[in-house]
Amino acid sequence: MKPPPFSYAAPTTLAEAVGLLTEHAEAEPRVLAGGQSLIPLMNFRLAKPGYLIDLRNVAGLSGIRREGDILIIGAMTRMSEVERSPEVAVAAPLLAEAVGLVAHTPIRNSGTIGGSLAHADPAAELPAVALASDADLVATGPAGTRRIAAAEFFSGPFSTALAPDEILTEIRLPLWPGGHAFVEFSRIHANFAVIGVAALIDLDGDRIGRAALAITGVAPTAIRATAAEDVLAGADATDVTAAAAEAAGAAVADLTPPGDLHASPQTRLALARTYLRRGIELATSRARNER
Amino acid sequence: MAPTTCTISLTVNGHPHVAEVEPRRLLVDFLREDLGLVGTHIGCEHGVCGTCTVLLNGASIRSCITFAVQADGAEISTVEGLARGAEMHPLQDEFSEKQGLQCGYCTPGMLMRACEILAENPDPTPAEVRSAIASNLCRCTGYQFITEAVIGAAARMRATKEVAS
Repeated sequence: MKPPPFSYAAPTTLAEAVGLLTEHAEAEPRVLAGGQSLIPLMNFRLAKPGYLIDLRNVAGLSGIRREGDILIIGAMTRMSEVERSPEVAVAAPLLAEAVGLVAHTPIRNSGTIGGSLAHADPAAELPAVALASDADLVATGPAGTRRIAAAEFFSGPFSTALAPDEILTEIRLPLWPGGHAFVEFSRIHANFAVIGVAALIDLDGDRIGRAALAITGVAPTAIRATAAEDVLAGADATDVTAAAAEAAGAAVADLTPPGDLHASPQTRLALARTYLRRGIELATSRARNER
Repeated sequence: MAPTTCTISLTVNGHPHVAEVEPRRLLVDFLREDLGLVGTHIGCEHGVCGTCTVLLNGASIRSCITFAVQADGAEISTVEGLARGAEMHPLQDEFSEKQGLQCGYCTPGMLMRACEILAENPDPTPAEVRSAIASNLCRCTGYQFITEAVIGAAARMRATKEVAS
C-alpha cells in the first residue's frame, strides 16, 4: 500500500522545524526522523499526517558526545552509528547492547535514536534503556527547551510527554560505573521482543550497591522494576543466584501484563521472571569482571 | 492543502538524476516507476521482508519504507549496478552457481545486503552470514545455498583484491 498525500518540508534549523509544526497544526503534522516506524504506519494508512517535517537537514541534531559523566546522543543519530560507536561502547554499554537488538541492520541504518524514543513502542528496547539509565530527554518547542526525565517521558503505548509542537533533540545518559545487560526474548531473531530487560548493577565491595532494572512487554510502557531493585540492594554479589530469583519474583508480583497472539499474560510473567534473573546475573558478573 | 512536488537530485548506480516527485513517492516506486529500474522488487511494503533493499551511500536500507525525498543528495546502488556490462558481479555468479535462489524474488535484496556484508567484513564465517542475512526473507531456499554463495563470493572477491594489489 502507499501513503495518502501529504505536504512536506525539510527545514535546516530547529527553530524553523518547530515553527512549521505550529504553523501547520491543523494538518496534524508529524516529524520525520528515520521513518522506520512512521512510514510503515503511513503505508498501512494507520497514520495519515497532512504534513511531514523531515529533520534530516536540521543542523546539530546528530552526533555522540561526552560532557563529564553524561553521554549525549543527538536525536537524529542513526542506530547503526550508535551501535558502532567506541564512545557508546565505553560510556553506555547497555545502550550499545540494546541497539544491536533493534530490528535488522537495514532498519538500524535509517532508524534513529530519537525516532524510536519518540515513537514509544511498548515493545521497543530504547525506552527501557532510557528508564534504567535515568536518562533525560531534551525537547524544543515554541516556548523553548526543556529536559524531561525518562520516568516522566513515556506516558502510554505510542505516547509521550512531548507536546504536539515539541521536537525531541537529544538524550542524555548518565554514565553507570558497574555492569550492564540487555536481554530479551523474541520468537524470531530481530523481531519485536515479547519481553526485554535492561539491567544495571553497581557493586559496593562484594555486595550489590545499586541496581536499576527496566522491563518491556509487561505494561503499556516500559517500566522500572523498583521492587526488584530494593531486593538487590545489599545482596551478595559473589553468588547472586538466590537474590536474582527473589528480585525477579518481587518484580512480577504486582504485574498484570496484557495477553495477545504473541504471548498470554502467564507466559509474559514467566518470561519476565526468567529474563530478569538472567539480566541481573549477567550484569552482576560483568560488574565483577570489570573491576 | 494541495500536495506539491519536490525536486530531488541523486545518483543511482553512478548516474545523476534530477526529478520532480510527490513527497509520498516511496524510493522503491521512484526507482521502478520513474527510473524504470525494476530490478529492485517490492514485497511486503512495510519494511519486513527486505526484497526492496538498496544501498544508500553504501548502507543497506529498505526502499519501501524510505521516501524518495529522503534520498535527495544521496548515492543509491541497486542490483542493476552490480554487473559490469556482460560480466556478472562475483555475488551474482555465485548465486547462480551455488543455486542461491529458486523463484528469485528475494534475490535483488539479498545481493545488495550481501554487498554491504562483504564491504564490512570481506571474510565472514557462515554463521556470520546467516545472522546478517536474517534481515532478508527467502521462502524457497532455506538460506543454505545463499550462505554458500556469499561465502564463495567473498573468497573470489578477496582473491581478486590480492591480484590487484
